[in-house]
Amino acid sequence: MRITEELQVIQPAKLAVQQVSKRFSGRSGDVHALVEVSLQIAEGDFVCLVGPSGCGKSTLLNIIAGLEHPDSGQVLADGKPVTAPGRDRMVMFQEPALFPWLDVIENVMFGLKLKPNLNNKERLEVARFYLKLVGLEKFMHSNVHELSGGMRQRAALARALAPNPRVLLMDEPFAALDALTREQLYGDIQKIWEIRKKTIVFVTHNVREAACLGNRVILFSPNPGRIREEFVVDLPRPRDINSVELASHSSAIMRALKGYQGEAEVSE
Amino acid sequence: MRRLLSSLLFFAVLIFGWHLMVKSGKWSPVLLPDPRLVWEYLRDAMKDGTLWQASLVTMRRLFTGYIIGIVLGLPLGLLTARFKFCEDTLGVLALGLQTLPSVCWVPLALLWFGQTETAMLFVVVMGTLWSMIIATDTGVRNVPPIYARAARTMGSGQLHTWLKVILPASLPFIVSGMKQGWAFAWRSLMAAEIYVTILTGFGLGQLLHYGRELNAMDQVIGIMVVIVVIGLLADKILFSPWERFLHRRWGTGRS
Repeated sequence: MRITEELQVIQPAKLAVQQVSKRFSGRSGDVHALVEVSLQIAEGDFVCLVGPSGCGKSTLLNIIAGLEHPDSGQVLADGKPVTAPGRDRMVMFQEPALFPWLDVIENVMFGLKLKPNLNNKERLEVARFYLKLVGLEKFMHSNVHELSGGMRQRAALARALAPNPRVLLMDEPFAALDALTREQLYGDIQKIWEIRKKTIVFVTHNVREAACLGNRVILFSPNPGRIREEFVVDLPRPRDINSVELASHSSAIMRALKGYQGEAEVSE
Repeated sequence: MRRLLSSLLFFAVLIFGWHLMVKSGKWSPVLLPDPRLVWEYLRDAMKDGTLWQASLVTMRRLFTGYIIGIVLGLPLGLLTARFKFCEDTLGVLALGLQTLPSVCWVPLALLWFGQTETAMLFVVVMGTLWSMIIATDTGVRNVPPIYARAARTMGSGQLHTWLKVILPASLPFIVSGMKQGWAFAWRSLMAAEIYVTILTGFGLGQLLHYGRELNAMDQVIGIMVVIVVIGLLADKILFSPWERFLHRRWGTGRS
C-alpha cells in the first residue's frame, strides 16, 4: 500500500553547516550577515537559533533551505551539499504564506502534487492525515481568510509536513500570534516532532520560546553575525513554557544575550 | 428574490416616469416617444429578425476581438512583469496606448483596412489589448514574493511557479483588467459601427445610426436599451461568477 509507505516515519536528516559566510551590500555599506559559521545538527535534533535582529539567524535558515546561497562555505544535508530548495527540507515562514486561491486542503496538496509516484486520491488521503494531525480536519474546505492566525499557521505546518520532509525549517513561525495561541502551538509542535521525528531548525528572537522548544539553543550575535554560545536544554517533554525550570534556563540565555548585545553597542 | 423585486420595481417606476413625461406634452413626441412605442419597435425588430441579426453581428465582432486581445495581452503582460527589457519597451508602449481612447483607433483602422471586418476587429483588439497587458503586469507585481518562495521550497520550478502561483495570485487584477478591456472594446466597437457601414454585416451601432438618419427616435432609444442590456448581461454572466469566486476565496468585498 503506497499510502502507508508515504505516511511512514522516515529517517530525519543530519545537517552540517561548514564555514558559511554571507555578506549583503546595502546603502550604508556591507553587512556581514554571517561570518564563518559552523554548526552540526544531528538527525532528529530540535535546534533553536536565537539572537537579536540582524544577527544572521534567518539568513542561515534560508541558506539551509537553499533559498539563498552562501558567499563561501557550504551546508550539507545528509552529506550532500545544498544548492537549491528541496522537498527533504521544508520551510515554514513567519507569515503562513498560504495561497488564497486554494482552500485549506488544496494548499496542503500543493507540495504533494509535485511529489511523483502518488495519484490524486492518495494525495488527498495524505493531506487529510496531516490536517488531522494539526487539528484542522474540520476546516479542510475552508477558505484561508476564514481561519484565525493560529489556524493559518497550523495549516502552513500541515503543508510543510505533507511531503514528508526530513528537515523542518521554521523562521519565527509563531511571532505574529497572540500568547495563548502560541502556547497551544508549542505543545503541538513538540508533539508532532515526537510523532514524526523531524530534524527541526527553529529561528526565533524569543528566548523563552527557544528554551521551551529546543534541545539545543544556539545564540547568535550581530555585526558580524556569528555563533556566540550554545545551551543544552535537557528538560523532559512536553515542556510548559511557564514552568520554573524553564525560566532558569531562559534567564541564563537572556543574560548571555544581553552581555553580547552590550558588547556590540560598546564596540559601535 | 427581494433584491430582484426592488430592481424590477425601480425600473418600473423609471419607465412610468418616462411615460408621464411624454403624457405631459412638454416635449415633441418625435424627440421623446412613449415607452410603448419603443417596446413596439423592439418587438417588431425581434419578429422580423433585424435585431437578432444585428446583435449577432456585433457580438461576433466583439467576442472575436476581445478574445484575441486577452489571449495576446495576458502573456505580454507576464513578459513585461518578468523582464526589465520588456517593461522598458512594450510596457511603456502599453501604458501610453492605454491612455488613448480606443475610439481614436477608428480613423486609422478605416484607412488601413477600409470598410472591412478587419477594421472592426482591429479596433476591438486595440481596446482590449493594452488594458489587459497593464492589468496582468500590475497583478504580477502585486503578488507577495513570499508565495513564490514558499512554492520553491515545495519543489515548484520556474514554469510551475508562474502557472500555478503567480498567475492565480494575480487573478484579482487580471479579472478587473478583463472587465476594463471589455468595457473599452464595447465602447470602441459601438463608436466604429456608428461611424462606418461595413457591408459584410449590420451591427447594433449601424441600426442606431440609421435610426438617427430616419429620425426614428423609437429605434434610437430601443437600440440604446439593447446595448445597455447586453452590457448588463455581460457583466452578470461573464464577470460576476469570477468576482464572486475571488471575493469568496480572498475574503474581499461584501458577501
